[in-house]
Amino acid sequence: MKLVINGTTHEVTADPDMPLLWVLRDELGLTGTKYGCGVGQCGACTVHLDGQPVRSCLTRLGDAQGVAITTIEGIGTPEKLAVLQQAWIDNQVAQCGYCQSGQIMSAAALLAGTTTPSEADIDAAMAGNLCRCGTYPRIRAAIQDAARRLQRA
Amino acid sequence: MSRAGRITRRSFLVATVAVAGGTAFGYWRYREAGANPLTAGPGETVFNPWVILRSDGVTIVAPRAEMGQGVQSTLAALVAEEMDLDWAEVRAEHGPAASAYANLAVAAAGLPFADYRDSRMQRLADDAMGIVGRLMGVQATGGSTSMADAFVRMRLAGAAARAVLVAAAAQRLKQNQLALKTEKGAVVAPDGTRIRYGDLAEEASGIAPPANPSLKHPRDWTLLGKPLPRLDMVAKSTGTAAFGIDTRLPGMLFASVRRNPGLGGGMLSYDATTAQAMPGVKAVVPLADGVAVVASNTWIAFKALETVQITWAPAPYPPTTDGIFAEIAKAFDAAPNSTLRDDGDVERALAGANVLKAEYRVPYLAHATMEPMNAAALLKDGRLTVWAPNQAPTVIRDKCAAAVGLAADQVSVITPFLGGGFGRRAEFDYAVQAALVAKAMAGTPVLLTWRREEDMTHDFFRPGAICRLEGEVGPEGPVALKAAVAAPSVYANQARRVLGLVPPGPDKILVEGLFDQPYGIPNYRVSGHVSGVKVPIGSWRSVGNSHNAFFQECFLDELAHASGLDPVAMRLKLMAQQSPRAAKVVEAVAELAGWGSAPAAGRARGMAFCWSFGTPTAEIVEISQSAQGIRLEKMWIAQDVGLALDPGTIAAQAISGAVYGLTAAIMGEITFADGAVQQQNFYDYDALRMPQVPQFETKILASLDHPTGVGEPATPPAAPALANAVFALTGKRIRSLPLGKVVTFAS
Repeated sequence: MKLVINGTTHEVTADPDMPLLWVLRDELGLTGTKYGCGVGQCGACTVHLDGQPVRSCLTRLGDAQGVAITTIEGIGTPEKLAVLQQAWIDNQVAQCGYCQSGQIMSAAALLAGTTTPSEADIDAAMAGNLCRCGTYPRIRAAIQDAARRLQRA
Repeated sequence: MSRAGRITRRSFLVATVAVAGGTAFGYWRYREAGANPLTAGPGETVFNPWVILRSDGVTIVAPRAEMGQGVQSTLAALVAEEMDLDWAEVRAEHGPAASAYANLAVAAAGLPFADYRDSRMQRLADDAMGIVGRLMGVQATGGSTSMADAFVRMRLAGAAARAVLVAAAAQRLKQNQLALKTEKGAVVAPDGTRIRYGDLAEEASGIAPPANPSLKHPRDWTLLGKPLPRLDMVAKSTGTAAFGIDTRLPGMLFASVRRNPGLGGGMLSYDATTAQAMPGVKAVVPLADGVAVVASNTWIAFKALETVQITWAPAPYPPTTDGIFAEIAKAFDAAPNSTLRDDGDVERALAGANVLKAEYRVPYLAHATMEPMNAAALLKDGRLTVWAPNQAPTVIRDKCAAAVGLAADQVSVITPFLGGGFGRRAEFDYAVQAALVAKAMAGTPVLLTWRREEDMTHDFFRPGAICRLEGEVGPEGPVALKAAVAAPSVYANQARRVLGLVPPGPDKILVEGLFDQPYGIPNYRVSGHVSGVKVPIGSWRSVGNSHNAFFQECFLDELAHASGLDPVAMRLKLMAQQSPRAAKVVEAVAELAGWGSAPAAGRARGMAFCWSFGTPTAEIVEISQSAQGIRLEKMWIAQDVGLALDPGTIAAQAISGAVYGLTAAIMGEITFADGAVQQQNFYDYDALRMPQVPQFETKILASLDHPTGVGEPATPPAAPALANAVFALTGKRIRSLPLGKVVTFAS
C-alpha cells in the first residue's frame, strides 16, 4: 500500500485494519505521533488527513490511502519551526511533552480554519486533547499568540 | 593529554562498564559521592560527574528524571550559572545510573519531623539520612527534593570546572588568574582576548580543581532567578523528543504484556496456541503473573494478547471496593502506628458537648501518565541495556540485574524523557518485564509497551484512606483537634518492594499533611493507623499530603463555619505564633483573590492550605453554578518556594499541581469488582480538559536562602479548596471524593 505522509510517498506492507498510529510509529519510525489510549479519548495520536484532524489510533491503514497525511514531523522541524511551534516555545508550553504533538496538530487544524479563534473555538477544538500536566493555560495562550502572528503575516 | 582527562564517554551509551576512577577533577564531595561514571568521547572532556565539555558547548548531566517539571533545565542552570555559560550552548542529559547521583535529600524527606519546625535535631537527622541515602546509593526523583539536593552540589561542580578553565587560561596567557573574567562560555583577558572553554579543555584537564571553590552571590546571578527557556522545549514542540516509548533500535521487536487483573495474584495456566499462530507474532513469554507477546509491531502484540487463554490465581485482597474499605476501617481498632503530634490534652478538651465530629474518605487513584508504562531492553554478550523512562535508575538497574541473573555492573540504564511520572515511574515493574522478555529474546532489542487498559488497571495506586476527626472551637478559634487516619502504608509497600524489608518506626507519610501543619491548636493529636490491605500502592504526587490536606483543611472549614469564623482569619491566627512564613502565604493568596470582598453574585470561593515538601502553599478557588453544572472560574495560588530558581517553571508547576489535584477531586476514583480494577481507560478515568480548568493567578514568595519543593506542593490544597467552595456555593459538605459523585460539574 502507498501512503503519502508529509509529502513523501511510503510503501507499506501491513494489514489494512492496522491503525495508522502503529503504522507511523512501528513500521515507518515516525514516533512524533503518540499512543495514549487507543480509543480516541486522549488526542495524543492526532494527525491530519487532507487537513482534517483525526485520531490515528482509530484510522485504518486502508482508509489512509489516497489522502494527504500530515504528522507533527510535517508541521515543522527544530531547524525550521512553524509559527505555531514558535508560539509553543515562546510560551514555554510543554511540561512532560507527551501530549504536545497531538495538541499542536489540533491547534494547527483550528488555525488553518480561522486566524481569529474565539475562546469557545479554542475550547471546542482542544477539548479532545488530554494533558495530565495541566498545560492548558499556556496552550491557550500559545494558540492566541500564533493566531496574532498569522494575522500579521 | 592526561589519562584521566580524555577517556571515551560514548561507552556508557552502549553499555560498557563505567570507568572507575575516571574523574579528571575531583572536588572532595564528588569523590565522596562515588566514582565518576562518565567517560569522555572523541572531542569531549569530562570534568566531573556533571560537566562534559565539547567544542560546541557544554553538556550537563542532570541526573533527575525529566517528567515535565522542568528539572533538567533548572539543574543545568545551577552548573551553567557558576561556569558562566552561554545558555544557548547548554545541553542536558539524564546520565547513567550511578551512586554519584544519589539523592541525599529524598531520604531525609521521610523523617518524622514537621518541616516548619526546622529544629537542630532535624538538621542532624537530615545529615544522618544523607549518609544513609548515599550508602544506599539511591538515585531517585521524588519528594520534590531535586533542587534541595542539588542546589549546593551542582553549583560547586560548575564552580570547580570554571576554576580549572580559568587556571588553564592563566597559564596559557601568562596572566594572573584574578585578572581574568568568564562570560558566555569563554575566559576573557583584560585586553579583550577571549578563549572559548572548548579550546581550554585539554590544558584544563591536567589541573587539579580547588578544594573549596567559592560560589556566586545570588545578586550576581544572570541565569538563576529568572525564567529561562527550557532546554527540552524545541524537541517537545516538534515531536522530536525521545520518550521511552520512542526507543528504536535496528532489528527491534515490539512487545506487550497482559497480567492478572487480580493484582498480586499469580498465573495458574495459560494457552497461547492462537496467539502463536498469528502472523507477525514472534514469541510468547510467560511471566510469573502474566504473559508477554513479542511481535513485529505493537498492534499485533496487543491483538495477540487478547487471544491468550489464562487462568488466574485470586487477588490477595477483598474483591470489592466496599470490602477493601471495610478492611481499611478495621485499622482504627488497633493501636496507631504513628502518633506524630500530641499537644496538650486532647481527650479532656474534647469531653465537652460542642464537639464536632466527622468522617472523611478518599478513593484509590491511578497516576494515568500520558505515556503508558513501557521499557526497551537488549541482552547481548552478557550485558543488559535497559531504556526505561523512570524515576529511580539505580533501582531499575539492580532489579533488572537480579531478574535476569546478572550483576548490577553488567546492566546499563538509559533514561529517555518520561511522558509523565507523578510517582508511578518510581516503580520498576515495567522495566523488569522488558528485561525478562529481552532475556527470552537474547540478542534482539525489544520495546515493551503496555496497553492503556493495562496501565490503568495495574498501577501502584494512591491508597484509599479514611479519617476520623473531632474538634472544638472556642471564641478565639479551634482549641482542640483530633485526627486519626487509616490507610495502607505507601512507605511499607515501597520499602518491601525495593529493600525487601520494612524498617521499623513511625510512618511519616501516612500522617504528612496532618501532623506537620503550622497550626497552634493547644490540644492537637494526629495519629496514623496502618492497614495491611494488599492492593498495590505507591507514591502519587504529594503522597500522604494528597489525602490528609483534604481531611484537615475541609474539617477546619467546618469548624470555622460552625463558629462563624472566617476561614482565612482563623488560619492566620492559628499560624501566627507557629510560622510567619506560612501566614504570609495565606495573606498573599487572600490578597490576590480579594478575599476581603464578596464574590460576584452566583459565585463562591473556598480556601485551603498545606505545607508540604518544605513549601507552604495556599489556594483559593472561585466557582459558579451554570446550567451545565458547577464551573471553575478562577484559582489563585500563593506559595513560598524558599528561593525561586526559575519563576516561570515554578508557576507552571503550581498550576500543574493544582490541575492534578482538581482532576482527582472532581472525577478521580479507582474501584474494584471481582478483585479487579473497574476503570479501563480515559473514558472511565478521565482528566480535566481545556474548557474545564479555571483561570490561574500565581504568587511566588521566596523568603529563604535555599530552594524548597515545587513539583508537588500545589496538589494537596486543590481538593479541599474546591470542596470548601462547593460548600460555600451549595451548602453541601461533601466528605468523600470525588465530588462529582455528589454534585455535577460542567464539562
